[in-house]
Amino acid sequence: MSKAPEAAQKALDGAFAGGEALAAPSANLATERDRNAETTMVDMSTSSAETQRATYVPRATPKKGFDFFFRHASRASAWFVLVLLAGIMLSMIVGGWPAFREMGIGFLTSSVWDTQNDQYGAWPAIVGTLITALIALVIGVPLSLGIAIFLTQLAPPWFKRPVSTAIELLAAVPSIIYGMWGLFVFVPLFAKYVQQPVNSIVEGMPIVGTLFKSASPSGLGILTAGFILAFMIIPFIASITRDMIDQIPTVLRESAYGIGATTWEVVNHVLIPQAGVAIIGAVMLGLGRALGETMAVTFVVGNANRLSASLLDPGSTIASRIANEFNEAIGLQLHALIALGCILFFVTFVVLVIARLLVARVKRY
Amino acid sequence: MSEPTPTSNAKPGWSRVRPARRFADRLMKVTTTLFTGLAVFVLFWILGMLIVKGIGGLSVATFTATMPGPGSQGGGLANAIVGSLLLTFIGIAIATPIGVLAGTFLAEYSRGSKVAEVIRFINDILLSAPSILIGLFVYVVMVMPMGGYSGWAGGVALGIIAIPVIVRTTEDMLRLVPNHLREAGSAMGAPLSVVITSVTWRAAKAGMVTGILLALARVAGETAPLLFTALNNTFWFRPDLTGGVSNLPVTIYQFASAPYENWQQLAWAGSLIITLSILLLSVAARSLVHRDK
Amino acid sequence: MLTPPSSSPQVVNENAPVRIAVKNLDFFYGENKALKNINLDFKDRHITALIGPSGCGKSTLLRIFNRICSLYPEQRAVGEILLDGYNILGPNVDVNELRSRVGMVFQKPTPFPMSIYDNVAFGIRLYEKPAKSELDGRVEAALRRAALWDEVKDKLKSSGMGLSGGQQQRLCIARTIAQQPEVILFDEPTSALDPISTGKIEDLLEEMRHDFTIAIVTHNMQQAARISQYTAFMYLGEVIEFASTNTIFLAPEKEQTLDYVTGRFG
Repeated sequence: MSKAPEAAQKALDGAFAGGEALAAPSANLATERDRNAETTMVDMSTSSAETQRATYVPRATPKKGFDFFFRHASRASAWFVLVLLAGIMLSMIVGGWPAFREMGIGFLTSSVWDTQNDQYGAWPAIVGTLITALIALVIGVPLSLGIAIFLTQLAPPWFKRPVSTAIELLAAVPSIIYGMWGLFVFVPLFAKYVQQPVNSIVEGMPIVGTLFKSASPSGLGILTAGFILAFMIIPFIASITRDMIDQIPTVLRESAYGIGATTWEVVNHVLIPQAGVAIIGAVMLGLGRALGETMAVTFVVGNANRLSASLLDPGSTIASRIANEFNEAIGLQLHALIALGCILFFVTFVVLVIARLLVARVKRY
Repeated sequence: MSEPTPTSNAKPGWSRVRPARRFADRLMKVTTTLFTGLAVFVLFWILGMLIVKGIGGLSVATFTATMPGPGSQGGGLANAIVGSLLLTFIGIAIATPIGVLAGTFLAEYSRGSKVAEVIRFINDILLSAPSILIGLFVYVVMVMPMGGYSGWAGGVALGIIAIPVIVRTTEDMLRLVPNHLREAGSAMGAPLSVVITSVTWRAAKAGMVTGILLALARVAGETAPLLFTALNNTFWFRPDLTGGVSNLPVTIYQFASAPYENWQQLAWAGSLIITLSILLLSVAARSLVHRDK
Repeated sequence: MLTPPSSSPQVVNENAPVRIAVKNLDFFYGENKALKNINLDFKDRHITALIGPSGCGKSTLLRIFNRICSLYPEQRAVGEILLDGYNILGPNVDVNELRSRVGMVFQKPTPFPMSIYDNVAFGIRLYEKPAKSELDGRVEAALRRAALWDEVKDKLKSSGMGLSGGQQQRLCIARTIAQQPEVILFDEPTSALDPISTGKIEDLLEEMRHDFTIAIVTHNMQQAARISQYTAFMYLGEVIEFASTNTIFLAPEKEQTLDYVTGRFG
């Protein structure tokens, strides 16, 4: 073949010694390369020792500008997530500050919510939020664990997929639809078949009577809200628990069965303890959802500003009160509502941080 | 999944599994089955309710006429449906580039970085943050300074809710891409950005699209954040999206317990439309991922 | 145990220039020293095989030649690797350019999730903007060269993932050739393949060695004996012995080498 590539190679070697060849393309080299490419194209199939070694072509890194832009755009987007959280925190504090300043510590402890006299206390809403969420956990957690156990231990494989999907779809149903279901279907049934009978039973009983007697058995109230919330958090707790149980090595389960344990004993003594921390994390996640859930609660909680001793009486949560009053609120009331949001933010933030720490501990092996 | 349980094989004379143990086992099996049945039943109960109450309100007018005023007859949801589509679109259009890029950063650019750990953690927190707080946030930073409700504020609120969903799924899906594919891309002399955009993203495409669809399903039914941002509008909204923008969720909220029968009817029709769309979207997103695997 | 290579393609040209010279190379995974004082010469248009028990560092060494190890910040190479006299471990090396000149074929076939055509054109398009007809020609040439053309010429637009394992591996070879590298690194290219596909790849290697400088890591000693002209035996991060393949397999100097190639340990 031609001598040109040899010459090119020499030029190349020389350039290399200087180490500058990388940045110094030579037109001569480029044309050599093209010719070379043509020849290889023609007789590539008949490879032989004669075929030329590919000559050196200086190749600058392609798309340097794009590379730079892409890397920094990615980094900026990731930082944006941090900025978002900081922004939410800051806006809540700043927006709620006038109310905190005006009411002082009384904002947290006072039960008065009086728009006429501009007196605002968050206590009933805080208690309502905590109690509805607690009720949701009391009902939702056993159900979720049961579902997770059923899906991982009992359901035949062909049955597992559709049931899992159905459970997960419960999470996709919008919150407002749960509100509609609660208000128009559940509430009337609850009033008729639970509240009225319960009222006649607990009438006059100490403690129980206070807790479960409803002043007006309308079906609306704290307990109803907790009940609806329970079904809204089930899909979250159940799917995380299911995934956690599925991750437990089969060996562990088989060895438990191997010494003659029943399914219940395997679940109770091996699987649940093994996944324990993560299950608590999943429950905390559910709690985080329940605390901040708005629309469904607003529909069924009754939106009373007073705190009642009975679980079957209407009440309110932080979220429901914001949703109800925000659009008509002016002046200090507006700030008081944002201050409520601020409290909700910090409560859910703490709960979610704990939840994520617990779930993560198991997930990162 | 069907382990041979000692109880079911208990033969006469085999008495190691005491009745108490056997009973506990049976009890557990029955209750967990019942619990699962209850949850599935609730899903179908809700769907059934929507169909029974909502189907009557569906007509051509539902999709062509605007919302009725108080006390007037008929009416539809055309402006609410279009408004909802628009707000959702704005939200996803904002969230997709940010979410995908942030997820890409976490999966591809941040090996062993402490900052990435923090960002990942905070993103998971945002993922379950109450949506009403996002509404308040956008109210404080957009509605107050701009002097009024607007569709843009609503879209931004929905976008903020969608971002963590997309970040999370993007990162998860990119992590599923085998490392040797990245190495092969780099070994061709492609800079990292080119490897990511033309190899890694392609390999994770189905999963990433699923993430965006799930984010779409998540925000499409959100009501609380729209209450203080886009509000609602009985009429057609302004083309520049300032002022209230009509949307389905808030319309449902306002119409559901209104004293007019045609409003209630429309609330149910709207509920049916929105729920079916979201459930179909979720199922489609899931099947996309499963088909890919 | 091992039959000594009978028909040897070991036409060793003692005067061939050295393409890659490794000088006093150490390599660290974090604090862990994985390679110790490596010195090796890879000759132009020869196949050099790296053999040794798993974990001996042979793949690690290969992955330094195109700096793919630099993808991982915790991995660090100290010393010199001269490619045509140019230290590729130097601070100002453009690793992307280096990788386009030093191609690599991996253990697992790694077709990109795109069409067969785009797979082969990928590397070309990165660095050049050839006209459509030229690109077509170069894709075809590369596929022919990798002995894959006849099998895929009717489905160039279908996904590269749809091919069989052996075809995928040849696609990866075609993709590498298309970029016209000078050195090609093979990291156990046949360990995931069936014997027939392995045979095809070995034939290909034998042909390719007339045009490229080739380094291959293999855990299969017969393969090293069949296709390479030089062999380096590595153990615990060190090169125990480096000589012509015939020497390593028929008359090694070190006892450890003899033990390994006769299957007494490893």
